Amino acid sequence: MSPQDYEFLCKLLKERSGLVLAPDKQYLVESRLLPVARKAGCDTLEALVRKLKAPGSEPLKVEVTEAMTINESFFFRDKIPYDRFRDTVIPDMMQKRAVQRKLRIWSAACSTGQEPYSLAMMLDGFSTLAGWQFDIIATDISNDVLDKARSGSYSQFEVQRGLPISMLMQHFEQVGDQWRLSAKIRKMVQFRQLNLLTDFSILGQFDAVFCRNVLIYFDQPTKVDVLTRIRQRLAPDGYFVLGAAETVVGVGDLFSPVPDKRGLYCPTVKREAAPKLALVSASGGQRVA
Amino acid sequence: MKRCLIIDDSSVIRKVARRILEGFGFAITEASDGRQALDACMKEMPDAILLDWNMPVMDGYEFLRALRAMPGGDRPKVVFCTTENDLAHIARAMHAGADEYIMKPFDKEIVEAKFQEVGLI
Ligand SMILES: C[S@@+](CC[C@H](N)C(=O)[O-])C[C@H]1O[C@@H](n2cnc3c(N)ncnc32)[C@H](O)[C@@H]1O
Repeated sequence: MSPQDYEFLCKLLKERSGLVLAPDKQYLVESRLLPVARKAGCDTLEALVRKLKAPGSEPLKVEVTEAMTINESFFFRDKIPYDRFRDTVIPDMMQKRAVQRKLRIWSAACSTGQEPYSLAMMLDGFSTLAGWQFDIIATDISNDVLDKARSGSYSQFEVQRGLPISMLMQHFEQVGDQWRLSAKIRKMVQFRQLNLLTDFSILGQFDAVFCRNVLIYFDQPTKVDVLTRIRQRLAPDGYFVLGAAETVVGVGDLFSPVPDKRGLYCPTVKREAAPKLALVSASGGQRVA
Repeated sequence: MKRCLIIDDSSVIRKVARRILEGFGFAITEASDGRQALDACMKEMPDAILLDWNMPVMDGYEFLRALRAMPGGDRPKVVFCTTENDLAHIARAMHAGADEYIMKPFDKEIVEAKFQEVGLI
């Protein structure tokens, strides 16, 4: 592939999904896009790029973008965020939403569904939440992964990474060599195609947002932009969860870590009255200390 | 160092499992059937047991029931590791006192996830 073609593809991917590729990722692009090229009747990536530049290439661009996404996911990935969800987020939100009896949760890059379904299984385990309404909205840019997510079917390999056997017994049935989630859990999650680079204010407000292992592929300005808009979708008393290797360092003061709850964040509340008060008390000389 | 007893009639599986579990810092003992395994447990109760189902002499299910009836036999965490991959077998094993269940084939990630699940790693 010529440097020009590689540059063209990088630019396309960055615009479309936010994906930033290092200059040494040519092999990755080749291995992922050659099958797309062949399917489109192109022998080489050069031919594919030519086709992408021609008019009417929109569907092909979508396919190229989806083919480059990294979709790895597991049930209860990294465990700790889910423990936090069970031990901190749910009990706290049960008090804060005691009147509404409704929880809205967003899995913002849900891939093949393990993340929102893990949350659904956890919520289902709370007998004290009986009668509550749950909106679990799960979104991803890729239609392929959403199709699989909606089916709720997983391979034997997939149900063994992170899913406790008790949950497998309780919520899955065996269909051929696949394991299928019960209709009850599947119905708790609504899947929707959504590109995080586009406006998502239509989704409404959430009590908890999981945005895990997707921002790592973006550059800093894109990350800040997405996080700023996620912050607007989060209730002021809600919770935010990132991937295990991700932090909010360098994105301003949008989110603050919850003390003693590693991996859990809450929206930073700006106390606009605070400096004024401080000024008054300073000039008034009323400080005890 | 935590001790893990690997029980499987296939020496190949035992070798693979040993390599994985040694990587997680376990000291390994091996047994090729349930009878041998019970003898090993009588000598020294391990912290963890990776247990095949179908074996000659005494199978994994019988071993588990005998183990749980032994003095101190409630202590080891038992993770089944078998080609039996239907819900009926899984339910039977769990009722007999297994802590987790691996369906073969397995890899390092699966063993790690399951051992983490029961608090061994
Ligand atoms: C590695 S998976 C993470 C899945 C899950 N959150 C987890 O942590 O296991 C990343 C997902 O982000 C999706 N993705 C990438 N760029 C996106 C974008 N711009 N908008 C929405 N989803 C995107 C990919 O399609 C992929 O399914």
